[in-house]
Amino acid sequence: MPERTDAPAPIPMTDPRVTRAVELVWREAELLDRKDYVTWNELFTDDGLYVIPVDPTGDDFADTLNMVYDDARMRRMRVTRMTEGYAIAAVDAARTVRTVSRFVPQSASDEEVVLRSAQILIAYKRGNHDIWAGEVLHRIRLSPEGPGGDRITRKVVRLVDSEEAVPAAGFLL
Amino acid sequence: MTDTFHDRSPADLVAEDHVAGRLYTDPGIFEQEIAMIFERTWVWVAHESELPAAGSFKSTHVGRQPVIVTRDRRGALHTLLNRCRHRGASVCEKPQGLANGFTCPYHAWSYGLDGTLRGIPYPDGYEGVVDKGDLSLRKLRTESYGGMVFATFDDDVEPLEDFLGDARLWIDRFMKQGGGYPIKVLGRHRFKFRGNWKIQLENTTDGYHFPIVHRSWMASVDPETADMMSFMTDPAAVTHALGNGHSVMQMVPEHSDLDADDGTEPLQSRFDPLVRELSRTLDPTRVRRLIRAMHGTGFNLNLFPNVSMSAAFFRVLRPISVDETWIEHIAIGVDGPPGVEAVNRERLRIHEHFQGPFGFGTPDDAEGWDRVQRGARGAPEMPILINRGLARETTGPDGRPTSHVTDETGMRAAYAKWKEMMSDA
Repeated sequence: MPERTDAPAPIPMTDPRVTRAVELVWREAELLDRKDYVTWNELFTDDGLYVIPVDPTGDDFADTLNMVYDDARMRRMRVTRMTEGYAIAAVDAARTVRTVSRFVPQSASDEEVVLRSAQILIAYKRGNHDIWAGEVLHRIRLSPEGPGGDRITRKVVRLVDSEEAVPAAGFLL
Repeated sequence: MTDTFHDRSPADLVAEDHVAGRLYTDPGIFEQEIAMIFERTWVWVAHESELPAAGSFKSTHVGRQPVIVTRDRRGALHTLLNRCRHRGASVCEKPQGLANGFTCPYHAWSYGLDGTLRGIPYPDGYEGVVDKGDLSLRKLRTESYGGMVFATFDDDVEPLEDFLGDARLWIDRFMKQGGGYPIKVLGRHRFKFRGNWKIQLENTTDGYHFPIVHRSWMASVDPETADMMSFMTDPAAVTHALGNGHSVMQMVPEHSDLDADDGTEPLQSRFDPLVRELSRTLDPTRVRRLIRAMHGTGFNLNLFPNVSMSAAFFRVLRPISVDETWIEHIAIGVDGPPGVEAVNRERLRIHEHFQGPFGFGTPDDAEGWDRVQRGARGAPEMPILINRGLARETTGPDGRPTSHVTDETGMRAAYAKWKEMMSDA
């Protein structure tokens, strides 16, 4: 993995800056399960990146093939796709429930928190439950105005089976 | 014997203008397809760019059987059954890589890149029992055309070039999207759907679904790209059968042969920044060739039974069971000097926009296919119609039909081959 997992001094989960970041991640997860994509997109900064790579080990996203590689423009179009009613996969999307946990704060300053986590998502559609498991990285910019202004500058979802065949999805991770 | 529907042989379930829904749902038919089609004909296994060096290998499947495609020290390509000759363990579980050979993890029997058994540990127990020369990995016949590598379990099947026949011209044309450079594989999306493999085989020659299923994608692209894909009422956009179940669907006929360029076609304005970047190192003619080919060629070449060379990517199907299919969408780009990396970066973004499990196109296709599989369980004797355009088909000098790109000429061609192969004793 590109992220260090042997950081010398662990950052406590009780660090209030980390708590703010975790709350944002949980809020984001709930918005995605509710498919409130318009509100979800507002959690990103204008230069924010949302990535689901195929290769789980690298972070050279621009020069490799990804499942999702969204800047603000692509994310806006994706939200339109998910909500406008033309996309039959989104109209009849699976219902999802996800938990995000096993947080590992990677860095924390007054301006930014980088947080790794594990996400387990169950997607139910037409009698089938699909499991989507992945490592998630959030880079979160803390607002001087308080938690309401905190925004995601980078979200990367590395699925455990990203290089294998996964179902085609009508929802977002 | 009464002639009830359920007594009919698979071949009798296919007519010129329809097939029975049972073709998607009958596990017995699926088993016969594996034996009579996937283990008898040429099945696409790799593009040569995936095996660039001596020792390169790739794991894949022919039908349901696991194989390894390798390049040996002399540059020859081999397709080897991924199964140790001792107790049957797979000898390779890496998707691709570089190796000197393959060693079974169970008892360390080791094989060369051409499948030859090289070593058996503690061989004294085999003295007088086996001859190593008889225990190579099973090798499939492997041949390639235009960089496309195919393998077959049938040692007596016709040469690959004969099987491809008139499709070879279109393979040659497809490769022109390198703009004078070779093409190479850039990456792959893999996804699965709960449906029969033939539903996806049909889909790459189904122009009719495009503006309906892909309305979401069409609404998200720039007007020039949307206009390029507006072939529904273009009389020049045609599908033509090529023999042996192959067919070509020309959605953008002016890009069928990318070398045919009178210079009047304006380049899409979305690529203006890319043109500026490329122009720093490449001459204007080369830049124009590369930019005109950004969306690939203007056609889908459907090769029976498992690969489509589809505009700017390869779509490869793998039958898992009667109601499950795995698909790869393999992105391709230009194998050129460092200056063309910007082309590949942009081609990756175009590919991501439509393809893959989170693309703006693929999930909608998969939803349509899922619905076919679910619906076809109703009245398995009732016909699935493949008759669109039958009354307006024309026959070319090659004796094969051509019709509008939204017509089902390509499906009829594939099912005729299916019927022929499923009729062979």
